[in-house]
Amino acid sequence: MRNPKKGMTLIVKEVTRLTVGLIFLFGIYIMLHGHLTPGGGFAGGVIIALSFIHIVLAYGGDFASRKMNLQTATFLESLGGLMFLLLALLGLIFTGVFFLNLLPHGTPFELKSAGIIPLCNIAICIKVGAGLFLVFILLTTFRPGGDK
Amino acid sequence: MTRLLPLFIALPLGCAFLVNLFKNKKAADLLANLCTFILLILSLATIYTVKAHGIVVYKVGNWIPPIGISMVVDGLTVLLLVTVNLISFLSSLYSIGYMEKYTAKPKFYSLFLLMLTGMNGLIVTGDLFNMFVFLELAGVASYALVAFGTEAEELEASFKYMILSSLAASFVLLGVAMLYSYTSSLNMADIALTLAQKSASPNVTVLFIAVLFLMGFGLKAAIVPFHPWLPDAHPAAPAPISAMLSGVLIKALGIYAMLRVFFCVFGASPLFLETLCILGILSMIVGVLLAVGQWDVKRLLAYHSISQIGYVLLGIGLGTPLGILGGLFHLFNHSMFKSLLFFNSGSLDYAAGTRNLKEMGGLKDAMPVTEKTCLVASLSISGIPPFNGFWSKLFIIVACVQAKHPGYALWAIIGSLLTLSSFMKVMRYAFYGMPKKAYASLKEVPSSMQAAMIILAIICLLGGVLLFPLFRSALLQPAVDVLINGKNYAPIVFSKLK
Amino acid sequence: MIYFLCLVFFCVGLYGILVKRNLIKIIIGMSILDYSVNLFLVLTGYRMGGRAPIYDKTQEVKNMVDPIPQALVLTAIVIGLAVLALMIAIAVRLYEKYGTYDITEIRKLRG
Repeated sequence: MRNPKKGMTLIVKEVTRLTVGLIFLFGIYIMLHGHLTPGGGFAGGVIIALSFIHIVLAYGGDFASRKMNLQTATFLESLGGLMFLLLALLGLIFTGVFFLNLLPHGTPFELKSAGIIPLCNIAICIKVGAGLFLVFILLTTFRPGGDK
Repeated sequence: MTRLLPLFIALPLGCAFLVNLFKNKKAADLLANLCTFILLILSLATIYTVKAHGIVVYKVGNWIPPIGISMVVDGLTVLLLVTVNLISFLSSLYSIGYMEKYTAKPKFYSLFLLMLTGMNGLIVTGDLFNMFVFLELAGVASYALVAFGTEAEELEASFKYMILSSLAASFVLLGVAMLYSYTSSLNMADIALTLAQKSASPNVTVLFIAVLFLMGFGLKAAIVPFHPWLPDAHPAAPAPISAMLSGVLIKALGIYAMLRVFFCVFGASPLFLETLCILGILSMIVGVLLAVGQWDVKRLLAYHSISQIGYVLLGIGLGTPLGILGGLFHLFNHSMFKSLLFFNSGSLDYAAGTRNLKEMGGLKDAMPVTEKTCLVASLSISGIPPFNGFWSKLFIIVACVQAKHPGYALWAIIGSLLTLSSFMKVMRYAFYGMPKKAYASLKEVPSSMQAAMIILAIICLLGGVLLFPLFRSALLQPAVDVLINGKNYAPIVFSKLK
Repeated sequence: MIYFLCLVFFCVGLYGILVKRNLIKIIIGMSILDYSVNLFLVLTGYRMGGRAPIYDKTQEVKNMVDPIPQALVLTAIVIGLAVLALMIAIAVRLYEKYGTYDITEIRKLRG
């Protein structure tokens, strides 16, 4: 990269503008169909993190920090973890069994089936996406003098 | 109480994510200490549960093992749970005062609670791969905590620790993979039953898997051929983390996992017990010989950790009820006095700014609480009556003689004498002698640190009380019974699942 | 046999950790070793002539490969990723403190 703050050339920026939304959407598709097709929370989270990293690489750190900055990512990561734990504890509170599959199982092969598994996928996706994006930002654009 | 078992994992995990969001140091202090205090109360409550109901088996998500994960709480689990949660409560109490000197205190508590989650999860689980996952969780949290100060030495120590420890965890994973391929089950009770049915003769596959587990868990427990990471990692960590690492992490991740896998799943063969004895004696002697010449206080304490774990291994490796009682009691005692010693060295570091014994001197009048608690801990670790170290070492030595291995007892006594000499050196150089001019204005450490040290000193003093029949049948004897009747683990767990 | 490939990977990774002097090469060796153990774990689930373990309306359940090692390997890959991220973060900081990646020069702790 010629200049890490400003980003890459114009062609890269235009192509990124067209494709990054599709990558994000693809990540959400992989996550939502986690109980029907391969993938699930972790794979969807990695793809969503990649879409944000794509913006950082193409447009530079300054512009990307307006879309998703450090505090938001930290907050989202903790939020994802807490959501997952809350889903597990719901079983404990309502029926006395930890991590029980509470919600109705529904008919197989539908999108809205299999109890709490799609909700767990969403929580994991948020946590993994935010976490991987944080790792990338902290390893590349942070210089000594800031927080660890 | 059975329903509250998952809280051992869920509570510290939730608090770890919550504490990460705080910016206010006092709020983070309060939440972390509240969390560890509740866990301490819960772990004391499990003593009554196990006494009343015997082994407690909890199915997570109502899935029947071997398809589902189960949590198994028996006597050995209760002993380790009480030890881990007690030391973690006192460490978090101590770190209220100590971690003021570092930055990013909420992140420290977050990592600390994650490490606690990993340890608690490993102790209560009944599933082999689940044990590996919690092993790695506690390990990764401890790698980050060792490097917390981000000085040059801490980073180097953390990197060394990380490479060696990840290698050990890969060996454990390889062992789990081969065991799954051999028995097609991951539940520990199920594997025990399958192994008992499958092979009677010495089986090369099972022997290979056993050696893999011995290497992996042995490195986490810092047994002698696998110890080089410990003298670098434990001094470099902040003092409450050194106390946690040396006091409970090497025991929960190393010793407990090894005992659970070898006694309950594989069945303890005489070959394995003999190996434990030899490794124990090697650790004892090598640890204490390398410790005598050290001038850095925490490095000296780290080498002594290796030596005392050798005592535990010798006691358990004898295989007799008295030996196992001595070994497990020494495990509990070592957590107490080693954590107290690390807290003392942290106080010396906090007040005097140095860890080098040659630069300290005459701090007896400036820091009375630290000096008295350090005296109690030094006498405990050397095995002077009536402190708790004396009783456990006595049991181990008597058990050696009873099992017709007087040579082992002789090595144990030599190790004890060398321990006494190195701690006399610590006391003399740190506290007694003429005070140096630079330390004229030293004050005692903050009250939260003092409280943690005083509580541990009282436990060290009264530790012998745990051998009275009333308390022994509550805490120690169920743990000993689990290891003696290792082959009964699987049938009892399966009968409870109905 | 394909299990032999796992052994080759394991030995390559171990060689990287033991012999190489550059920090980054040690980290890469560690990762290769991790992946070799994951590969072994997935291979234990293979059944002859099996198909992917996805539950489908039209096909029967009989000849699937074992899905449990696949779930275990997913967890193990995530753990390997977390350890790798931490190793790289510490290696970057080590470079700032010592000025070199050579492990024979990062030797402040002795004895």
